[in-house]
Order: sequence, then C-alpha cells, then structure tokens
Amino acid sequence: MSGSEPRQPSDGRGRRGGPSVVDARGSRCPVPVIRLARAARGLAPGTTVVLLADDVAAWSDVPAWARMKGHTVTLLEDDDWTEYRVVLGEPRTDRGQADSST
Amino acid sequence: MARSSFDPRVTGLLDAARGPLHPVAAETLRAALATGWADPTRLHSPGREARALLDTAREVLADALAVRPDELSVHPSAEAALEVGLAGLRHARRRAGRRVVAGATERSVLLLQPGAEQPVPVDAVGRVDPHAYAVAMAGGDVAAAVLQTANAEVGTRQPVAEVDALCRRHGIPLLLDATASLGRDPQGIPPAAGSVVVADAASFAGPPLGLLVVRTGTRWGLPGPRREAEHGREHAPPWVPLVLAAAEAWRQTAAVAAAEQRSARALVERVRHAAASVRDVEVVGDPDDRLPHVVTFSVLYADGEVLLEELARRGLAVASGSACTSSALRPSHVLAAMGVLTHGNVRVTLPLEAVSPSRADAVERLCRELPDAVAAVRRRLGTDDL
Repeated sequence: MSGSEPRQPSDGRGRRGGPSVVDARGSRCPVPVIRLARAARGLAPGTTVVLLADDVAAWSDVPAWARMKGHTVTLLEDDDWTEYRVVLGEPRTDRGQADSST
Repeated sequence: MARSSFDPRVTGLLDAARGPLHPVAAETLRAALATGWADPTRLHSPGREARALLDTAREVLADALAVRPDELSVHPSAEAALEVGLAGLRHARRRAGRRVVAGATERSVLLLQPGAEQPVPVDAVGRVDPHAYAVAMAGGDVAAAVLQTANAEVGTRQPVAEVDALCRRHGIPLLLDATASLGRDPQGIPPAAGSVVVADAASFAGPPLGLLVVRTGTRWGLPGPRREAEHGREHAPPWVPLVLAAAEAWRQTAAVAAAEQRSARALVERVRHAAASVRDVEVVGDPDDRLPHVVTFSVLYADGEVLLEELARRGLAVASGSACTSSALRPSHVLAAMGVLTHGNVRVTLPLEAVSPSRADAVERLCRELPDAVAAVRRRLGTDDL
C-alpha cells in the first residue's frame, strides 16, 4: 500500500484534487458500508471514493455493495486495515438505487 | 416441567435449524424414559431391553440413509459425527496424504480440521465447481474430500454425483455432509454416494443427534486405543431414548415427505419473492436447485441484529449470518465465500409443518411485515435516505 495520501481521519470530501476519504477504522458492520454509501451519494460516475476499514465484515461487504450498485472496487491490504478504492459506476435504474431521491 | 412462553404452534417460528421435536417423537421420548434409560451394553434385563430398543431404532435410521445398521453409528451431535468421520478417513489415509479437499461453504467444524486450510472457492450462489475439486485433487497429498449435499445457510445444492464420481476416479474417499438435507430434500443423498455420510436427526425434527455412516469397504480407523461403543467410533453408547425419538421423528417425517417438501418449496418461493421486492435487498443462494425449506437474504444498510429484533417484536423468529449479531465475531463464512452482503442478513429455516402447523401463516406475516420492518430499521440507523 502506498504510504502517500489518504490518511486524514475524516469523512471530508477530500482536499483539492484528492479523492474523498472515509476513515471507518474502529467501526463495525454495517457502519463502514453506510458511511461509504453516504460519501458516494450524488457524486458523478467515474469519481473515486476511498474507505479505510478494519472490520472483517467490510472485507466481503464493500465488494458486495459495489457489485449491487455497479461500482468497481480495489482492495489494498495494510497490516491492520484495508483500503477500499471505489470508482463509482453509472447510477442504476432498477428498483430504488442510491441516486433515486426519496 | 416449566412451560416455555414460546409456543411454536402459535408463534412465528421460522428458524428450525434446531427446531422443536416432532410431537410424536416427543411422546416417544417421554415413553422411552421408562423403558430405554439403561446402558445398552449391560447384561441385566433393563440393559437388554434398552439394547433391543436401540437395535430397532438403528434399523429405522439406517433405512433412512439406505445403509445397513452395522454401517451406522450414533453420536452426541452432528458436529461430533463430522469430526470423527473425517478423523477416521484422515488417519486411515495418513500415508497417502494429509490434505482435505473441501469447499469454502462447508461447515466450520470441517474447515477447522487439519489439512482443510485451503478450501476450494464457490460461485456466487455458493456452489463448488467439480473442476476446482479435480484440480485440488490432482495436486496430490490428499487424504480425503468433503462435500455437503446442500448448504444449510443458503440452501444451494452441491454437485454431489459429479464430485462423487471424481473421488472414485482418484481413489479418494469422500465425506458427504447431509446434515441439512436428510428428511428435507427429495434429492438428499444419491444412493451409495460417498465413503462416509453424516446426517443430523434435528433436520427431520428429531433431537440433535449425529448419524455417521462408514460404508462397508471404506478404509477408516481412528488413532489410539479402540473405542468401546458404536462400532469403535464413540467412547460411550448413546442415550437410547434420544435414538428412539430420532427414529420416530424419521418415521413421521418420511410418511409425509412428498407433500411436506412441496409445501415448503412454495413457501420459500413466497419469501424469496417478497424479499426481492424490497429496495436494496438481495436474496442469495440458488433460486431453484436448492433445499426446499431454506432461504436467506441480505438487507443493505441494515444491522442484522436490529433487524432480528424488529422481526421478533412482530412475533417472528428468524436467524442471521451477520457478524453484527452479538454472538458472532466473524460474519458467516458461507456468505463471505459467496461474495454477498454479510450484514443485514436474515435466514429462514422452515420448521416441518407437523411441528409448526401455522408455518404458512408465519411466512405470510413475514412477507407482509418485511418491507415495514426493513424501513423501520433503516430509519433507526438513519440510512433510509441512502
């Protein structure tokens, strides 16, 4: 894993040029996926969102969420946590997806 | 005897992985307390009586598995039977190899055995690929292979005939885990498949009791001094009343099997349909080639434990494979291996209709309440806008 950027411990939209980073280390399921989905909401297709999580359930749940929502995800393992790099896909039109307003 | 406040005849029991005893088996158990309590290895008259009862019950259960009574032993639990069954294969084959070829959705008790550390991956419905088993076997150093007839959590049936043929070709003994199938699935156990077969009397509303078949001619043996009971496979003989209750449960279940399975299949179809029509709910496991009585789905942006509580509040008892539940630190290895959501998981294992005559009502109630229960949980977690 590259030791460069996303380490800031916030849900912030990321700094200029960098991807949004969600640091959900210390949170257990389903919180990491919920925070990731919240951060991804309303962003344009092709945007990258990064999640840091150490919950074992996230390891299967983040890829499952990405598959259900049409996003692609890359996992980078660190010793104590995993970095999930999600590239958002086109909003899907079948029954109620993240982008449909409620 | 204190009466439980939970009456399966009226409450929405939808988690019968370990359900109540079949009512007739419960009668048998009560009657057997007077007649079958003795150690069946004793030579006095109560011992002989217990022995005779045990022999009869063993015949019935052997018949259930289409084997001879001397091939069948009874164990305190299905887990114990699985462990002993595999240990006997591994020991007998210790010079041939030490690896155990197993699918990633096999039961944890098997995946935790030595040699089974590298399970064969499964597809998105939880089914193993026979070719992957073939590749794993071709790697050599194999003591045994393990395959479930169907998965207890998601219901998906496994390619038993193909893997069985493969094992015969390679001369590798196969342990078939039929603990979720026996008495529930018409395609349960193909005749003569596997060298070792394990079942659980709890799957057909008997008491939890491990049934272990070691087919004649199988190289099988445990390390250490020969065990005294159950054809050298157990340290002590079973408690006969439990075995009698298991045999009675089998008789009762087998008598109505066809109608029971048809009805269960239709009810599960109802649940699959109702769950799939709720926003961001994924029904998992094979939709058709599956156990008749098991269905699992996962609710995105919901906590499994909160969902269980919400359904319990509405009088519905279901299970979950989520790690968010307090009793588990890790999510279901079955869901994880399939690559499906492990959070917000709900698992329904239908009780037999004979055990829970109101099960169709419970299913209707689940289908009716689910959309609202999911919405309530998402509101509470603040995820209803996602």
